[in-house]
Amino acid sequence: MIKKASTHISQNEGTIFERSRPGRVGYRLPALDVDESPIESLIGRDLLRNDDLAGLPEVSEVDVVRHFTRLSTWNYAVDLGMYPLGSCTMKYNPKINERVSRFDGFASAHPYTPDELSQGNLRLIRELEVTLGEITGLPAVSLQPAAGAQGEMSGLMVIRRCLESRGNPRKIVLVPDSAHGTNPASAAICGYDVKTIKSNENGSVDLDNLREVVNQDVAALMLTNPSTLGMFEEHIVEVCQILHEAGGLVYMDGANMNALVGVTRPGDMGVDVIHLNLHKTFSTPHGGGGPGSGPICVTSELEPYLPFPRIVEETDATGLKTLRLDFNRPMSIGRVRAFHGNYSVLVRALCYILSLGPDGLREATETAVLNANYIAHHLMDDYEIAYHGKPLHEVIFSDKHQQKYGVHTLDIAKRLIDYGFHPMTIYFPLIVHGAIMIEPTESEGREEIDLFIDAMRSIAKEARENPDLVKNAPHNTRISRLDEAAAARKPVLRWIKPNDK
Amino acid sequence: MSAYPDDLQYTKDHEWIRVEGETGTIGITSFAQEQLGDVVHVQLPRTGEKFSAHDTFGEVESVKTFSELFLPVSGEVVEVNEALEDAPELVNNSPYGDGWMVKVKLSDKGEIDSLLSSSEYEDFVESQKVE
Repeated sequence: MIKKASTHISQNEGTIFERSRPGRVGYRLPALDVDESPIESLIGRDLLRNDDLAGLPEVSEVDVVRHFTRLSTWNYAVDLGMYPLGSCTMKYNPKINERVSRFDGFASAHPYTPDELSQGNLRLIRELEVTLGEITGLPAVSLQPAAGAQGEMSGLMVIRRCLESRGNPRKIVLVPDSAHGTNPASAAICGYDVKTIKSNENGSVDLDNLREVVNQDVAALMLTNPSTLGMFEEHIVEVCQILHEAGGLVYMDGANMNALVGVTRPGDMGVDVIHLNLHKTFSTPHGGGGPGSGPICVTSELEPYLPFPRIVEETDATGLKTLRLDFNRPMSIGRVRAFHGNYSVLVRALCYILSLGPDGLREATETAVLNANYIAHHLMDDYEIAYHGKPLHEVIFSDKHQQKYGVHTLDIAKRLIDYGFHPMTIYFPLIVHGAIMIEPTESEGREEIDLFIDAMRSIAKEARENPDLVKNAPHNTRISRLDEAAAARKPVLRWIKPNDK
Repeated sequence: MSAYPDDLQYTKDHEWIRVEGETGTIGITSFAQEQLGDVVHVQLPRTGEKFSAHDTFGEVESVKTFSELFLPVSGEVVEVNEALEDAPELVNNSPYGDGWMVKVKLSDKGEIDSLLSSSEYEDFVESQKVE
């Protein structure tokens, strides 16, 4: 039974161009008290454009407000309910983060303000660096990268620069077959050949296979831990030893760090570089496109190669401590982002960390893992668990039990929309056939998770008893099943005026 | 009789090759296109590019996933199926016909012997199927 959602006002609405009526405006200007001048005499004919401006919508204020308000009723957001996208970590974004990031001193700060007048903002950056260093056990931190993928690339550049200074940048980066697609892309952009290593039947790195492929040409291994399968890489210490003994480095993709924060530290496992997704692990927004933030944390040995400027603390003769931007970093890979990255995101992340505190962060991690295991436990009779083992923050099922009714993962995801939930991640990771990937995060209380479990079990029952109901879902949305193939093959990318067609 | 055409050779990566003289025509199998679902984009190499056997020569993207394409044999690309640019659905509709992907000039015809026959490929697919 569908409990969470019901039919509600979800208004039809065309594009704003279709609302346009000639001459309609949302303002009224006072009468001119000077002579009107032709516009060409004011700015020059060459600066005027006469192409498609005529097509701009002519609408009133209430037209605009209603248009966007109606569109907003089509939305699903984490503020409406659980957003179980595995791998994406769609946790709730606490409102205090938003409030603090809007404080005038943060929101109005100009990046060219001299250091001596920016001590508060520099202190915040410094504080977040130190905190993330402590959380990861990798003390040297750069907050510049604008998102996880840029963090990866910056981390790989740091590794390359380190190996160059040791005399040989080497040629190969190893990436497990369960990795995020950005991993091989980052390695390739940094000039490395990518070699894929196969996971064993538990979804973790096959140590014997790793020993065979690691040699003097291998620059680094990029490892996601916990893996994209949601499993902790139990042999991580040995993995790091194997790489280090051969003179290579270990890059950990920190996309799943929300399963480790406050419990264990990558630096203690032997990892050399990690990136963090502040927009996942540290609760800053990404449902609406972020912006993201992908700091990198590295060992002290790698600190000289981090992007500049670095923040340094100086003590003057009177004992007063001040912070200063240090641009004199000859070994650095250079800047990777203007100024200090996505600064207001950094403010939100520090706010989250400080409002939870060390015990709260650990509890958030434990709750995220508990929630995923609770779902795994309650759905394992209805859905095939892809990997048996101990899932951490996310759990992966497949559509194996549903296939015999002709119901596939895509159908299950579409039907979940009718139950009032955003679909889970599907068909990823690629190594799981028909993957159904669920990550509840710590944000969800038991009631919402029970609603979700009820919905999933109900869909499994429908697949057995009335498979067509699932195969043709969604039914309760404004638009039912889309022809995704046609949309991808022949996309309509802009509205065209009917008489222009 | 096998579910897969007898006149082709197959790989465990689900590509097929049709050898005619010194040239091999390559595509993906009906099983592969079925697993991928509706194909929306096929990325192919340029003519003149040379590859070793098992090299990635392109990518195929469907509504639900993407997959790399592996060349069954070594050779130089002499022709690519440009029709796939505008009509990627040919891969679904006609995987062994109009949905072919590249033609290569074989560098070593002996490599063909290591590929699977249609019945061997069918056995392999059955062994991979769930349940």
